[in-house]
Amino acid sequence: MGTLRFIEGNLGVIIQLTLQHISIVGVAVGFAILTGVPIGIAITQSRRAADAVLYVASIIMTIPSIALFGVMIPVLSLIGQGIGYLPAVIAVLLYSQLPIIRNTYTAITNVDPALREAARGMGMTPLQRLRRVEIPLAVPVIMAGVRTAVVINIGVTAIAAYIGAGGLGVLISRGISQTDVRQLVTGAIAVSLLAIVADYLLLWAQNGLTPRGVKV
Amino acid sequence: MIKLDNLTKTFATLRGTVTAVDRVSLEVPAGEICVLLGPSGCGKTTTLKMINRLIMPSSGKIFINGKDTDAYDVVDLRRSIGYVIQQIGLFPNMTVEDNICVVPDLLGWDRAKSRKRAAELLAMVALEPSSFLKRYPKELSGGQQQRVGVIRALAADPPVLLMDEPFGAIDPINREIIQDEFLKMQDQIRKTVMFVSHDIDEAVKMGDRIAIFRDGRLEQFDTPDNVLAHPVNAFIASFVGRDRTLKRLRLVKVADAMRRLAPAIGLETAVTDALRLMDEHAQPMLVVSDAEGRPCGYVACDLLEGRPGIVSEHRRDLPATVDLDEDLRSAVSLMFAHDMRWLACVDSRGLFRGCVTQEDITQLLGDRRRSDSR
Repeated sequence: MGTLRFIEGNLGVIIQLTLQHISIVGVAVGFAILTGVPIGIAITQSRRAADAVLYVASIIMTIPSIALFGVMIPVLSLIGQGIGYLPAVIAVLLYSQLPIIRNTYTAITNVDPALREAARGMGMTPLQRLRRVEIPLAVPVIMAGVRTAVVINIGVTAIAAYIGAGGLGVLISRGISQTDVRQLVTGAIAVSLLAIVADYLLLWAQNGLTPRGVKV
Repeated sequence: MIKLDNLTKTFATLRGTVTAVDRVSLEVPAGEICVLLGPSGCGKTTTLKMINRLIMPSSGKIFINGKDTDAYDVVDLRRSIGYVIQQIGLFPNMTVEDNICVVPDLLGWDRAKSRKRAAELLAMVALEPSSFLKRYPKELSGGQQQRVGVIRALAADPPVLLMDEPFGAIDPINREIIQDEFLKMQDQIRKTVMFVSHDIDEAVKMGDRIAIFRDGRLEQFDTPDNVLAHPVNAFIASFVGRDRTLKRLRLVKVADAMRRLAPAIGLETAVTDALRLMDEHAQPMLVVSDAEGRPCGYVACDLLEGRPGIVSEHRRDLPATVDLDEDLRSAVSLMFAHDMRWLACVDSRGLFRGCVTQEDITQLLGDRRRSDSR
């Protein structure tokens, strides 16, 4: 049909938009891991800190993405980056915090207390316990959080097209404004496929990173 | 050795100050197993955990091999004490080998040396090293996991071992086996062990000494036999059970209660000779053995009186014999089962070595009661 011919004819553009899309999500989630995992570990020390941080992170998730992008504009205009790549990355980073922080926190607090006691009683310092026992055991759950963040944000990034960040959302937004069904369908299918493929690849990575003794 | 000096732990709770451990003082000689025994909440686990400072003492001192443990850094102290817990706590993300070598790794031992030691320790608990070193804890049964837990505590060769109900999570059959293995191992390695238990039978079996706790106080600290024979108060008497004299039977081997006086007689012995022997040894019966020395029956003087011929014509069958290394509980059980007041004792090759009688046994228990020390 028309859509298939459209795809055939515009493959180069579609690939370029896909790469832009991946770049936004990849960079943002990458940074989100670097901030989220340490925060998740830190809040295991204090119940009150944990409650506060998780509360804030979940509030951020409730903000509709278009509104969050909208807020970025005036804020980042101050440094001349109101629209485009940076606000998209920052918004996705913020959205990724909750799954990653919460999964890290949950994974570490759910480590069997007997293991903690054994580690303490044998003479591990808290840092050694984290490094040798708690984090290796938490990896599968943290990776599950990363997967959640990536899959959600592949969808959210489709909206970033509206603030000029590019990505596959461009096809969808143009498809809407130009009433062009071919672009719309191409964009929608591409985003969905990207999410599915990303999920599979990250599942493979999750299994690779899970310690052998912990694999089901 | 381990010495506790007026060790105390109090907690501040909403209902006021709770004394979990109240001025406990005791001394465990090097190479002995001391069992901390008592009902739930008596302070035995709290006492144990104060030794490796998982719980900080409120007051009092702990000395290990003469040195005050306050002088050590907490982490260094814990690395020099083996610790085994009821839930085992093997780290699932590490192989058996890495689990065993946790403390040596923390101490910075040479890897080759610690891995070699891990293999030796596995062999000591009858787990084939080549098969088990690279396995993960989830691939082990509960009994195997706990064995690994015990040797993990021994990996850095600490002088002291703390064990908190280590065999509680294992099924009773495996528990017996692991207890026996541990005792055999202890014969070789002679660690100073503090062992928490709530099971009097386990305490009697495992302990060189038992410390009985109640409500945070040390009520009695003595050998298992003395605790069973001379409980110092009514609480201990009821805690150890009304069958405590039967429990004492487990502590004595047949070999120690047996009398060796009268030899066995051969099948060809004349009745008159047999009667004369019985008279000489003041015994109402004699065991008859075959050519190799295995018991094959007995004769009683009241049945032989006035009979002609040789013993083989008049002998009666032995319903049971007892091995020298069985304990007196098995002997008494056999006596009751077969309605006999005595049993023939045999060694591992089945050869007759002597007899044990009910009177011998009660005499022995009585003697031990009358003697004040061991």
